[in-house]
Amino acid sequence: MIDREQVLHVARLARLELTEDEVGRMSQELSDVLGHIEKIGELDLEGVPPTTHVVEVSNTLRADTVEPSLPREIVLASAPAVADGGFLVPSPQADAEPQVTPSDGQRPR
Amino acid sequence: MTAARNTSSDVTLLTAAGAVEAIGRGELSAAELFAAYRAAAADDALNAYLWVAEDAPAPGEGAALAGVPLAVKDLFCTEGVPSQAGSKILEGYRPPYTATVVAKLAAAGAPLLGKTNQDEFAMGSSNENSAFGPVLNPWDRTRVPGGSSGGSAAAVAAGSAPWALGTDTGGSIRQPAALCGIVGLKPTYGTVSRYGMIAFASSLDQAGPLTRDVTDAALLLAQMVGQDARDSTSIGFPGEISLPCSESLAGIRLGVPEELSGGGGVGIEPGVLDAFNVTLRLAESLGATVETCHLPHAPHALSAYYVLAPAEASSNLARYDGVRYGQRVEDGGLVGMYTKTRSQGFGREVKRRIMLGTYSLSSGYYDAYYGRAQRVRTKIADDFRAAFDAFDFVVTPTSPSVAFELGAKTADPLSMYFNDYCTVPMSLAGIPAISIPNGLSEGLPTGFQLCGPAFSENRVLEAAFALEQAIGFDASGGRA
Repeated sequence: MIDREQVLHVARLARLELTEDEVGRMSQELSDVLGHIEKIGELDLEGVPPTTHVVEVSNTLRADTVEPSLPREIVLASAPAVADGGFLVPSPQADAEPQVTPSDGQRPR
Repeated sequence: MTAARNTSSDVTLLTAAGAVEAIGRGELSAAELFAAYRAAAADDALNAYLWVAEDAPAPGEGAALAGVPLAVKDLFCTEGVPSQAGSKILEGYRPPYTATVVAKLAAAGAPLLGKTNQDEFAMGSSNENSAFGPVLNPWDRTRVPGGSSGGSAAAVAAGSAPWALGTDTGGSIRQPAALCGIVGLKPTYGTVSRYGMIAFASSLDQAGPLTRDVTDAALLLAQMVGQDARDSTSIGFPGEISLPCSESLAGIRLGVPEELSGGGGVGIEPGVLDAFNVTLRLAESLGATVETCHLPHAPHALSAYYVLAPAEASSNLARYDGVRYGQRVEDGGLVGMYTKTRSQGFGREVKRRIMLGTYSLSSGYYDAYYGRAQRVRTKIADDFRAAFDAFDFVVTPTSPSVAFELGAKTADPLSMYFNDYCTVPMSLAGIPAISIPNGLSEGLPTGFQLCGPAFSENRVLEAAFALEQAIGFDASGGRA
């Protein structure tokens, strides 16, 4: 049901690189799990609202007060690479392949 | 381990509430208690701990929890202490802040004893998905402790922690509690702050206690609940959590859902069902009425859950990209770095769930999967509301099986997922549910699950306490 091409497409969306073994296994396992999940397709859910927050709450507001954030140097201390007070990342121009376009991405809501 | 082997085991035999009392009477000092548990945790042979504290601050004057130390699941951020969520991608990560619930408990006099092993990002039912190796069940070391809070459950059962903090997304507190012969409580969604809990599925994740008895669960939960400005989904608890004392179930109506007790759907082991039925008879002898009830959509809960939880996980775990924290694997460019980092940092089950979630949220599939699952979730919550019109509590076996052997289910994700069959419906409904030890099957613990409407924690604890007294479970097998 989930073929090799679909596995590779989804892996690209999820920024995962799978080995040949993993692609085959993932195809089988996702098909098995989705096969089970598809049973919810049998239910009549006409007019049933989707759950948003599982416990009914009305709007709750907090006081709009300014509080200190974590100091920059503390936050940067956890980063693999930093420069000039910011997170340092490799250049996207150094990527080998053209990347996934937004239209391949998750559906806007 | 026999009582004689560990010379400091006398104080570790006390329940947490017992230790609080002993400290209050001046028979025991918090420092002495911490030292005993620190030694037991450092000596842990179950791989339950990933990190153990060197020392603990003295409890504040009159602190409710008197310095009784707390084992904390790895995924709770603790400032300056490794918090890795059982994942290689966060190996060595020491967060710059502490989770609200851990800070609240420390302030109440329960200092950090150690960080406990877990399934990676809380995804698992056996603790075999930890990047730091599996945890062994203290009742039988060839078996799993359950998961994902397996380290917390094993530590409490083995006596290397007086109590522990876990998280429950689809059963991750209740199922390991059942498999290790201890008490585990998942509170109403939103009663405990999730701030600083490394997220798995945000609409389901909830922190809760793993303890030796129901009284300890109430004692710990009382200090955990509360609205938190840093968790916009937190609600807090109306009123206070009180310590249970009821020994009667007079007038209590227990509903046994046919769909979750072997009547339909998944198979429940005969020994587990026998133990469950023995407790139902005990409940009747305490004055409860026991009748069959129906949760017609419960057989679909697992399907809905395995859409919703992976979908939320795929979004939550997008943050592990090698930029702000955690591991990074360079690959020339930016997206190459993201991809290499994630591919080498995540384990097999986490990748599987990210793939599943990404698939079900991807263009063209959203309505068929995520949208539908959110509607099933509404129906499941409605089923419980209807049941609670006629019954005070709904009761089920916690786990369909006793602890299984290491490796028994790792090759088949679907059979592993079925461990959550009886616990997932309550998670989807956001309601409180407790698992208490329920006698043995094949020499291994079974769990009895009791759940009530949202915010009924006090009533749930009272009923669980009454049952606990009647069951009289012998937990010593976990220390053997």
